[in-house]
Amino acid sequence: MTGVLSLETVLFAGAAAGAVISALLVIWQRNPVVSALFLVANLGCVAVLFLTLGGEFLAAVQVIIYAGAIMVLFLFVIMLLNPEAQRRRFAAGPAVLGLTFALGLLFIAALWRAVAAMSSGAPALPEVPSGFGSAGSLGRLLFTGYLYPVEVTGVLLLVSMVGAVVLARRGT
Amino acid sequence: MVPVFAYIVLSAVLFAIGVTGVLVKRSALVIFMSIELMLNAVNLALAAFSRQHAGPEGQVFVFFVMAVAAAEAAAGLAIIIAVFRRKGSTDVTDVHLMRW
Repeated sequence: MTGVLSLETVLFAGAAAGAVISALLVIWQRNPVVSALFLVANLGCVAVLFLTLGGEFLAAVQVIIYAGAIMVLFLFVIMLLNPEAQRRRFAAGPAVLGLTFALGLLFIAALWRAVAAMSSGAPALPEVPSGFGSAGSLGRLLFTGYLYPVEVTGVLLLVSMVGAVVLARRGT
Repeated sequence: MVPVFAYIVLSAVLFAIGVTGVLVKRSALVIFMSIELMLNAVNLALAAFSRQHAGPEGQVFVFFVMAVAAAEAAAGLAIIIAVFRRKGSTDVTDVHLMRW
């Protein structure tokens, strides 16, 4: 049965709904551990969205690095600090919450208008070259044109690691 | 065929949710998680534009954003641990020495 419900549309709708719902639940929870688990679910949904966009390497890196390393680091820190579940859900009253919600809607509406005006003329997506989104195509760029940013990122990671060790040291 | 426009609007929604989390949550850890939400939303927009222009530069940008997010997570969590050792809680309303 042909129609508008292609696999890509179904995957996009499911992953988008999952991403939005899990993001809302991240900021709705009182307990930071549950928030972290919902963030992991959100990262998984975004990984599925990367797959629908043809970025297989990005989806793999998202799951391995973001969900598998950064979130595990988060959970270790939560386990170490052992924060109790907050008695109050938000740090602001309902007036500030309403204002933030309204500003969020305003931001989404503004971006909607801007992008709709930009993309009204070109509905079809271009054909991607073979190997698009593969590790090879990214690697080819990273080791030739973007070699300097790669090295700088390495130094940045080293600096961050040294800083984290110094900051989290007990005592002096 | 899902238009790129849908991905950008979804990225805007996720970004708005992340900003809301940073502004209204109490726990420093959840605020940090909301920052990661915002970074994810930007990654999604970059990947969508990379697909629209059929070029890998957007995905390379996502790669660097993820690397910077990892570095920032390590340093930021160390700061949260250091503050927790002084204050005994991760509540950001407790860190108010410099408020007027």
